[in-house]
Amino acid sequence: MTVSSPSGAAPWLDQNEQQPLVQIKGVTKKYGEVTAVDNVDLDIYPGELFCLLGGSGCGKSTLLRMLAGFEDLNGGSITIDGVDMANVPAYERPTNMMFQSYALFPHMTVEKNVAFGLEQDQVPKFDIADRVHDILKLVELEDFKKRKPKQLSGGQRQRVALARALVKRPKLLLLDEPLAALDKKLRKQTQFELANIQEKVGVTFIVVTHDQEEAMTLSSRMAVMDAGRFQQIGTPTEIYEFPESRFVADFIGSANIFEGRVTEDGADHVRVQTEFCEVYIDHGHSVKVGSKIWVALRPEKIRITKTEEAAIGPNQVSAVIDDIGYLGETSIYKVALPNGDIFDVTRPNQTRPTHATQQITWEDKVNISWESSSTMLLSK
Amino acid sequence: MTDVSHKPSPTSQGSFVSLVMRRIQSHWRQIITVIPFFWLLFFFLAPFFIVAKISLAELAIASPPFTKLVEWTDSGIVTIRLVFDNFVYIWEDSLYFDTYVNSLKISITSTLLCLLFGYPIAYAIVRSGPVAKPLLLFAIILPFWTSFLLRVYSWMGLLADQGTINNLLIALGIIDEPIRMLYTEFAVYIGIVYTYMPFMILPLYATMEKLDNSLNEAAADLGSRPANTFFKITLPLTMPGIIAGSLLVFIPATGEYVIPDLLGGGNVQMIGRVLFNEFSRNSDWPVAAAVAIVLLFILVLPIMVFQYFQGKASEEQ
Repeated sequence: MTVSSPSGAAPWLDQNEQQPLVQIKGVTKKYGEVTAVDNVDLDIYPGELFCLLGGSGCGKSTLLRMLAGFEDLNGGSITIDGVDMANVPAYERPTNMMFQSYALFPHMTVEKNVAFGLEQDQVPKFDIADRVHDILKLVELEDFKKRKPKQLSGGQRQRVALARALVKRPKLLLLDEPLAALDKKLRKQTQFELANIQEKVGVTFIVVTHDQEEAMTLSSRMAVMDAGRFQQIGTPTEIYEFPESRFVADFIGSANIFEGRVTEDGADHVRVQTEFCEVYIDHGHSVKVGSKIWVALRPEKIRITKTEEAAIGPNQVSAVIDDIGYLGETSIYKVALPNGDIFDVTRPNQTRPTHATQQITWEDKVNISWESSSTMLLSK
Repeated sequence: MTDVSHKPSPTSQGSFVSLVMRRIQSHWRQIITVIPFFWLLFFFLAPFFIVAKISLAELAIASPPFTKLVEWTDSGIVTIRLVFDNFVYIWEDSLYFDTYVNSLKISITSTLLCLLFGYPIAYAIVRSGPVAKPLLLFAIILPFWTSFLLRVYSWMGLLADQGTINNLLIALGIIDEPIRMLYTEFAVYIGIVYTYMPFMILPLYATMEKLDNSLNEAAADLGSRPANTFFKITLPLTMPGIIAGSLLVFIPATGEYVIPDLLGGGNVQMIGRVLFNEFSRNSDWPVAAAVAIVLLFILVLPIMVFQYFQGKASEEQ
């Protein structure tokens, strides 16, 4: 892995130093015949902003609800801060949850909603007032404290829900699709706000989301989930740049995936022969010569050169532009390879498109090529 | 439709029909609001004024048996006679006052009993599975399919001294002599609570059904124990259902006639029975009408309170 991180900022790397805050061991949840969560293991360290990413029905919400104490486990154990949660009811857990629907109490004002959790803990009245005031200041809602949830906008309600969950200073904050109900523009803005707030309060966050961009922006680490299992756990960079499977490569961002056979396996390089070209990878990979393997290329990491000459050498292919999609900030080129495969290639539109001669257009003969370091090898 | 109406009609009747149709089309909003207006006018407001008019008359040997409100004398003078004696009489005779109080006592107690039993029943139905829920709801509505009178009569058979319950208890050796149940207040409570229970359960069910379970989870997540969650979250949020159900039980129960008559006999005085006696046995229509008017005003009060709460609730949304 080439991910560089200052020591201490990646507690999952030096496991001897820090105890994980959350230990999930062999956790399984079944609904009748359906296994929602299938024997998963995961350690989460204090201060992390961990994202559980997956499509609907992948088990991510079920896992979150088991952490909160709303669902019983069919197997395995959950330990939070050294305490086994097996017999701890939801109302005694050191966790708080922000619900996807926000679940604000409609008959209470913003202030009362936020104070509710503190009142349960018998916090002194003047202390409650202070803490409610502080947390509402943090989410910039001091002026709205006398309002009922119905009198607030979606974004304001989202912040009330966050404040209500944070005010008890939980060891672990669970967020179920925290931004899903916001419109796109507000969502993007709130992503950064949420990460900033997490940094300020220092609480460990576990965020469930189906939005890969959200997971990439927010998380210090993330787990990609499918069919009740973790497909891969890692930092956003690791997962995007070094996916371990075709599922992850395709689920996070987009990827051109094609089959090949390993022809050479060196300590610092791998060669793969595919239908249309030889692929050279400049880093080692534990593969067997002669075995079937998949190669994945990110669309933005492929170069297009307009040329009539045939491509020679590894990591380049002659192709024809089949289609162009203009998306504003980028354009997407559908490139037809000799064997009929279509590759997606994206290019930023750094200048306004004109009818200049170097402009690439439909039916142009081109060469596509990529850095040997950009190639991703997937064995499953 | 419009095509047809624009064609020149062959007969005058045809053009009249198309004119009416066009009028209806362009004014359908007003027409729709007019229907409930006329309904209330003919079936509520007009009867109310007739009863109010009778309550202000005097008993007379005539048909109908009361004096006229407006009279033309021979000299061409119109006299309007408003007699308030009936209301004074009701106020002064302690029989009426006590009966009103007793009716209110029975209807309020019955309402509370319906709430006490109906609330957990409604809650259980809301929480029941997809198969059980429609069945349970069906079971709640099922008694309406048999006559109300028949159901009250069957309670007489159950509660009588030689009735099913007493016979069973004696046969089992639990008691030696029948327990007096029929013709007591107890029987009236049973009758009212049994009869009006669906009117409590259905509005409660409707409000509880709309409650988001994540609110309960959120309360638990914030450290609230189940009992506290019930009093702080569930109960306040089901208040509209509690109020609606309580009014639907309280209002008809206060004026109830059949149940106290059949199950209470002469031992339980409720205003419905008094009203019936005045009207049919004493043939004193004016006093009967006055009793009804007073009852109406007693019942209007809680309705206004309800309206106030509803207005407040919709204001918040």
